[in-house]
Amino acid sequence: MSALLEEYATRRPVYARLLHGDGGPTLAEHVARYGPLPPVARSTAEMLRVIEASGLTGRGGAGFPSAAKLRSVSRGSRAVVVANGVEGEPASAKDEVLMIRNPHLVLDGVEAAAAVVGAGESYVAVAGESHAVVAALEAASMERADRHPVEIVRVPDRFVSGEESALVRWLNDGRAAPTGRRPFERGVHGRPTLVQNVETLAHLALIVRYGAAWFRSAGTADEPGTALATVLGAVRTPGVVELEIGTTLGEAFDRCGGLTERIQAILVGGYFGTWIAPDLEVALSNEALRPRGASPGARTIVAFPRSVCGLAETARVARYMAGESAGQCGPCVFGLAALADALEVAAQCRGSQDDELDRISQLHAQIARRGACAHPDGTLGFVASALDVFSSEVDAHRSGHCTATRHAPVLRT
Amino acid sequence: MSTHLDVDPRLCDAYGYCAELLPEAIALDEWGYPVIDPGPLSDDVLADARRAASACPMLALRLRKG
Repeated sequence: MSALLEEYATRRPVYARLLHGDGGPTLAEHVARYGPLPPVARSTAEMLRVIEASGLTGRGGAGFPSAAKLRSVSRGSRAVVVANGVEGEPASAKDEVLMIRNPHLVLDGVEAAAAVVGAGESYVAVAGESHAVVAALEAASMERADRHPVEIVRVPDRFVSGEESALVRWLNDGRAAPTGRRPFERGVHGRPTLVQNVETLAHLALIVRYGAAWFRSAGTADEPGTALATVLGAVRTPGVVELEIGTTLGEAFDRCGGLTERIQAILVGGYFGTWIAPDLEVALSNEALRPRGASPGARTIVAFPRSVCGLAETARVARYMAGESAGQCGPCVFGLAALADALEVAAQCRGSQDDELDRISQLHAQIARRGACAHPDGTLGFVASALDVFSSEVDAHRSGHCTATRHAPVLRT
Repeated sequence: MSTHLDVDPRLCDAYGYCAELLPEAIALDEWGYPVIDPGPLSDDVLADARRAASACPMLALRLRKG
């Protein structure tokens, strides 16, 4: 029995399937903990059934069922696997932390996925400035004797770089801009390409070892397993934690040392995400968040303090997102800039802002569903939910004052 | 089978010829980019729709069946 399974012989409340130790384990330490990776290539059909039964979904934000994605690529031939470790979003750190602390598990996942889809070529894509990640992956990669060596590629540090089609385009012609095309039929070099988030692959590496029932022993029946979350804002020790799916937001904050002050809202799902009311009993799951118009996304959670102006922070992120447009689609380029303009005016305290609020809803109608990727619509959702959750702040600004008592930035850009 | 118009927003450069040639189905937003009526094109505008698609300097406008 591997050390990890022994640890789970008794069920413990705090899960550490992916994150344990401080990182950089040798291959020998890694194998001692998890056991060796089984020979997946000899039983791909069976492995696909196990992955399907596990209920694993993508951890990069969209939450697509992983077995279906693997199947759509495994029908092709000479496939390519791209492990997506590019966290374009400055507020998210979970993939970076995973790759530093558990690089072998990610590489195991790449190897297992490559075996399932019959890929002869695999990449791990990471943000260009993540030097510690590259070092950890390269050190781990040197120790391994994988049948198909994995190439580690650095992608420009831009918000859109991690978008699936942008990543494929970067590998094809060196421009990290979304194409709007699904890569599973024609991706890298025109071949069927599996683009899978690095955390998803790490879970996959455990599922092929321990099976579906083991994976389902954490999480909820509909949303099994654990997931990494980046917890920021008014918590004592902001950072990345591994949570059983179904864990409440309050428990997530407690895992990060608890709240440091009263909060007025929670951002769930990062800058493509949704602001919700500060209800600590809400679980970080699709089931619990859906009625609130939100979804976990890549599980970036921000406890937003009462002392800071939500409107000003929303305007600042909107300006950042406008600047991060790939610059291809007019409604995104001009629309998001105009949206940031209107929000910046609204964030000032100059009395009535009815004009700006009208302008924001008019822009919303003009921009929605008109980009080639999710960048404009993701930003619109972030802004619309902010105006809803921070409505009393909007009212305060309308009558010429702001309730904030400090102006420190909470959201990283 | 019905015919629809699609614009590839990555290619479109806001020349606006399409809205001139097919005002029945294409309006321009405040920056000059086309906003296309998502419904099927009626038979009497099909010829104009083809002209609009072939007039696009960026080849961003396409007719789609179905």
